[in-house]
Amino acid sequence: MSRVPVKMTINGRAVEALIEPRTLLIHFLREQAGLTGAHIGCDTSHCGACTVDLNAMSVKSCTVFAIQANGAEIVTIEGMAAADGTLHALQDGFRQMHGLQCGYCTPGMIMRAHSLLKENPNPSEDEIRIGISGNLCRCTGYQNIVKSIQYAAAKINGVPYQEAAE
Amino acid sequence: MIPSGFEYHRPNSVQEAVALLAQLGEEARPLAGGHSLIPVMKTRLSAPEHLIDLAGVSGLKGIRQEPGHIVIGAMTTQYEISGSPLLAETLPILRETSLQIGDPQIRYLGTLGGNVANGDPGNDMPAVMMCLDAEYQLVGQSGQRGVRARDFYLGAYDTARQNGEILTEIRIPVPPRGHGYAYEKLKRKVGDYAVAAAAVILTMTNGKCTMASIGLTNVADTPLWAEAAAQALIGTGLDHAAIANAAAAAETITDPAADGRGPAEYRTKMAGMMVRRAIARAKSRAQN
Repeated sequence: MSRVPVKMTINGRAVEALIEPRTLLIHFLREQAGLTGAHIGCDTSHCGACTVDLNAMSVKSCTVFAIQANGAEIVTIEGMAAADGTLHALQDGFRQMHGLQCGYCTPGMIMRAHSLLKENPNPSEDEIRIGISGNLCRCTGYQNIVKSIQYAAAKINGVPYQEAAE
Repeated sequence: MIPSGFEYHRPNSVQEAVALLAQLGEEARPLAGGHSLIPVMKTRLSAPEHLIDLAGVSGLKGIRQEPGHIVIGAMTTQYEISGSPLLAETLPILRETSLQIGDPQIRYLGTLGGNVANGDPGNDMPAVMMCLDAEYQLVGQSGQRGVRARDFYLGAYDTARQNGEILTEIRIPVPPRGHGYAYEKLKRKVGDYAVAAAAVILTMTNGKCTMASIGLTNVADTPLWAEAAAQALIGTGLDHAAIANAAAAAETITDPAADGRGPAEYRTKMAGMMVRRAIARAKSRAQN
């Protein structure tokens, strides 16, 4: 099969390549763009470990062909921290609130939460749980992931984070 | 998992897409959101030689109102459906259903057209479209035709769409203002297909049911329009006996597979249970 040109912006950087049309976006990001932050978990669009931002929508990059993202703006976990290394509020939240154990699901969780907070800057706990319902974590039981996202929302909104009473 | 190789086409118009389909024949598949097609390509259950991506085709997106109808472009996503103020006002059952499909990431890309045209009996929108008496607009090289959702589903993955045709839009009659509605879906987890699900719309006047329609998901080779079940409600006050009659009539027409979602008998009973719950909730929402 002949290769086709693809062009997209990844984390603010223009990327051009020749790819086979069957190349999945996750493989393109990991193997051609050298960005291994988005993970392949289930490879069947269930687990969400491969979640990235595509034109401000969080998508499962194992179920998108790279050619479908031609011309798109992509953000991956590598694009979240500032250029000087300052962590994004979500990264800080996951660190402060122990939102990860093994860390495998974390890039997908953070990218999903990123798009969720853009649409809903002050989500309720229920809205967070529904918002991340396409992302599986096998370590934490989600409690601290929810708190991490609440922490990040408070930080982005410039208000003190208050942990809900248990 | 890596799909088999294919050639990628990205037409700009319906005419161009239809011409490609005609030229490339049976080895070509239209690509919408990809969330049904790409998984089966990855497992190589499907290996089309050509994909015709409809994402660049103008005029296939959007929701508009016409006298008596809502018209939804086939490439409109579940996310756009669940967020539409026009649909929230006129066809709230669509928002309720779309929010039970897949998960947030899938709903950003998954389309209404893909959901109804794929012919997967596990998809949720087909039964809702049967319930609402929607009509699908199909365009081929020889022209355009409308097929009612109630006539569209012939078997699992077998529909009235011909190989050279593309689904362009879905036309839905707007139910009366104040109608009751519900989509009740029993599933094992977020993102799963239904064990059984039921779509109900109905109207109430002076305490009596004056119109009702019921659709069933994933309890046969095709989605089902439960005509007799709905008929059992007309003229009643939707009391316990009427709802039990409707549920029993719905169970009669099911023919579910026994699979990981349960034995066939269980899924038939759950279809009845979803019908009961959907009627009760639709009744609670109906203006009298």
